[in-house]
Amino acid sequence: MQQYPVEAVGLVKSFGSFRAVDGVSFNVLDGECFGILGPNGAGKSTTIKMISCVSPVTAGELRVAGMNVRKQARDVKSVLGIVPQEDNLDPDLSVRQNLAVYARYYGIPKHEALAGIEESLALFQLSERADARVDDLSGGMKRRLVIARALVHAPQILVLDEPTTGLDPQARHLVWQKLRLLKNRGVTMLLTTHYMDEAAHLCDRLVIVHRGRILTEGKPLALISEHAGDQVLELRMDAHERAPLLGEVQGIPGVAVEEVEDIVYVFGAPRATREIAEHVNDPSRAFLRPGNLEDVFLRLTGRGLLD
Amino acid sequence: MSAFAVRPDLSIGAWRVWQRHRDVLLQLWKSEFVAQLVEPVIVIFALGLGLGQFVQLASGEKYVEFLTPGLLAMFPMFAAVFECSWGSYVRLEMQGTYRAIMATPVSVDDIITGELLWGTTRSMMNGAYILLVAVALNPWYHMVDSPLAILIIPLSVVPGLLFSAISLCFASVARAMSQFSYFFNLVINPMFWFGGAFFPLEDLPRWAQVLGWFIPLTHVVNLYRGLIEGELALGHLGNLAWLLVVTAVFYWLALVGMRRRLIE
Repeated sequence: MQQYPVEAVGLVKSFGSFRAVDGVSFNVLDGECFGILGPNGAGKSTTIKMISCVSPVTAGELRVAGMNVRKQARDVKSVLGIVPQEDNLDPDLSVRQNLAVYARYYGIPKHEALAGIEESLALFQLSERADARVDDLSGGMKRRLVIARALVHAPQILVLDEPTTGLDPQARHLVWQKLRLLKNRGVTMLLTTHYMDEAAHLCDRLVIVHRGRILTEGKPLALISEHAGDQVLELRMDAHERAPLLGEVQGIPGVAVEEVEDIVYVFGAPRATREIAEHVNDPSRAFLRPGNLEDVFLRLTGRGLLD
Repeated sequence: MSAFAVRPDLSIGAWRVWQRHRDVLLQLWKSEFVAQLVEPVIVIFALGLGLGQFVQLASGEKYVEFLTPGLLAMFPMFAAVFECSWGSYVRLEMQGTYRAIMATPVSVDDIITGELLWGTTRSMMNGAYILLVAVALNPWYHMVDSPLAILIIPLSVVPGLLFSAISLCFASVARAMSQFSYFFNLVINPMFWFGGAFFPLEDLPRWAQVLGWFIPLTHVVNLYRGLIEGELALGHLGNLAWLLVVTAVFYWLALVGMRRRLIE
């Protein structure tokens, strides 16, 4: 039997009668970046907490590096590097001390830890602030430090729970750049996010979860072409203008239409959508763009669907 | 593991948590130490020497001498209480320290045990300092009669653990910082006033004495009084046994409370 870095089968987490995670199955492969996408409250963080052994599994199977999270919590935690949603760094300690204190929790000998820490600070562009107090760092620096902290013990799997939530665009891109670098070095990553562009940037494969269940699974591009079409045409038109267009479009194979408030979305192959765009009298109200994960996500999680 | 498990899931991790707290204190020592060093001296002068002039004890001893075991029990109690109520709550809720540590191979039981060991350490440091002050003042005021008083330092590990555990129990159920005023006003303050530190309980009505027996500080003060005066009796073993049993109970309660709080 193949051993996956993370393997979940029929995973369930209940809080009383509420099922936060409701029978989820997935495998994370060696060296890949696997994404769990979903809106707030979809069960992403709960899944992460079960993987990191801080929230007990209600039902189902969950293995990390072949180990049962129920029975080998300490061993599982020693092969995971966790990047939590919040920056729970030690505010009274310096940047370097934060890493040193954390390395000690993993039982890494001091001299070994110190060498690794300097390297890590350089990698995450924190060397110059090594002696600064954490409170004096910017949001982006804190995030990079939290990621560096999760790597002090060279974990087999890096688990990131919404790693860039709350960061400004520059800081976000720098974090993404570092994560891509780690991926190129072969670090297996499991990432949750509700930013679709983040998932598209980083993930090799992903699942979309909603209300504790997996709606779909696949590679980002394949999901886009399957669920959203390669091109999306956004038309701003009033209700009375729509009728003729909708009638016309409905017959074309491989094209889907969705009406949301004042916008009509037409999903489909590039040629079909372009032709429709040319039909519209007022080009300033027609916007043609490539499909993206957000389309997939919104289509799957539902908003009055017309096919 | 059940939240009510009696046997704690412990490892070297508890010690790592203690080391973390030590490292933080070494960063903050300037603001942490000064108050703790000055306060007992102020109280010795204000109560012992100031108020003491007007106090006539049945035993004939000076009030400052009577007060010594109480000071040695009380200030270390506060040191433990501050560390493991307010301090622990900040680490639990404000700084997310516990959750950060939980992501590592350190268990919740390790974290709680590390907290208690740290509260105990702060408490013992405080106690040792006050004993030093008392001994230094001995040529003028006979605050310490017997060399047995040195045993207070190792023995203070027990009340240190106990008061840390009581505080951590409360921290585990507190939902806001402001709720600690209940803890301080309804639990710690009565203990402070009625724990036999300021006046002898023997002269009080029977019911008050019975009530006093239930106050942990009373047993600490009794034990320390015996050591300072060099007059130990079997009853002091009873005090120690009482403290050990109650410490074990509160240690378990702190574990249960924090497991329930931290494990979702």
